[in-house]
Amino acid sequence: MGQNYYESEDLADFPGITEYAKKQGNKFFDYYRASTSAGKLSEREKSLIALAVAMTQNCPYCIDAYTNKCLSLGIGEEEMMEAVHVGSAMMAGITLVHSTQMRKIIRKKAM
Amino acid sequence: MKSVNQLAVLEKHDIRFAEKLVEPLTAAGVEILQINVGKRCNLSCRHCHVEAGGDRKEVMRRDVFDACLEAAAKNIDINTIDVTGGAPEMNPFLKDFIKEAAKLGKRLIVRSNLVILAEDGYSGYAGLYADNGVEIVSSLPDCDETRADRQRGAGFFRKFVRVAKKLNEMGYGRPGSGLILNLVHNPVGAYLPASQPVLEQDYRVRLKNSFGIDFNSLYCINNMPVGRYLDFLIASGNYDDYMRTLTEAFNPGAVKDVMCRKTVSVSWEGTLYDCDFNQMLGLPVDAEYSAHIGEFDMERLGNRPIVLHNHCYGCTAGEGSSCQGSLQ
Repeated sequence: MGQNYYESEDLADFPGITEYAKKQGNKFFDYYRASTSAGKLSEREKSLIALAVAMTQNCPYCIDAYTNKCLSLGIGEEEMMEAVHVGSAMMAGITLVHSTQMRKIIRKKAM
Repeated sequence: MKSVNQLAVLEKHDIRFAEKLVEPLTAAGVEILQINVGKRCNLSCRHCHVEAGGDRKEVMRRDVFDACLEAAAKNIDINTIDVTGGAPEMNPFLKDFIKEAAKLGKRLIVRSNLVILAEDGYSGYAGLYADNGVEIVSSLPDCDETRADRQRGAGFFRKFVRVAKKLNEMGYGRPGSGLILNLVHNPVGAYLPASQPVLEQDYRVRLKNSFGIDFNSLYCINNMPVGRYLDFLIASGNYDDYMRTLTEAFNPGAVKDVMCRKTVSVSWEGTLYDCDFNQMLGLPVDAEYSAHIGEFDMERLGNRPIVLHNHCYGCTAGEGSSCQGSLQ
């Protein structure tokens, strides 16, 4: 057991999520592979989407995995950073658009 | 870093490559004679396992070239002569060797950085290669100028583009010409390459659309933890992580196809090795199986045990890696 909640070596344990629930775990990996491998979208496009999602979800494992994958695919630093900004803008927009609910309540409640 | 120190660093990796194998790795004949004609180079790439550069003095002599020709001529199982360096063109005996080697009718490869063909005194090599049907293999780590130059030095990319276009005009890389121009991708950092077909398609589109460059195939080669790349891994704090990545990506299915099983590597002095990496690490073939190109014994070399160390993870990681690209 390491001293930190997140250890980079733990990424290698990802296949271990099948432990105690093999059937569900295997189904997840089938789904994961099908979703992240090239289809109508290329592997590059999907990797950039995954990188942006990893950022928005603050997942250190996914950030590690998909930064490396993007580098391996020859994706440039600028392209990766643009993907991060898409995620960032989406998160900002998602936060701000919810102010609609707040403003609706304010309008209803306020005298 | 001296080879003995490199081996000491590799020794620290606690999961031994040899222990990953179900049986000892042995050669399965000798089909490729890979000849490292010297360590002199016009570039000093940051990942170079040879640690080649303009200050290196190691250059193959004519008598060693002659012994290579004799071994290749005598042994019909050798179907490929694969010349590497350094920059092979900086060896003063290369031109004569190319002409003689071409007469043997075997596949003849020169691993050229291409940019040397733009240097004074070396432009004649393009014609020599074409006239003798030489297959050119050249490293282009990235289609992006900044990243390519980061690894191979400032100004590399633009010169490469200029020379590659000239080779295309001569027929290299163009369908039907019979002149082969293969490119090599190796990562500009401490990570493994993506799958070869994906990157090949990406290179093909980007080089064609941006520069009008054609090529035949792209070889993806893992960077080996040897030479300057090992220095980089240590200095950047990536060594443990990279070795762990290679070890976790160990692919048992790649072992049977590793290049050393059908290759003998000759050093500038004529000493025999299983591969160019073992050469730089000072791990020669056991003398009992032939120590020098002058005493090349096909029967013994074709059945020799391969000398292993932890850098061998580099050839068995993921899709596997060789001087001819991925193994799968």
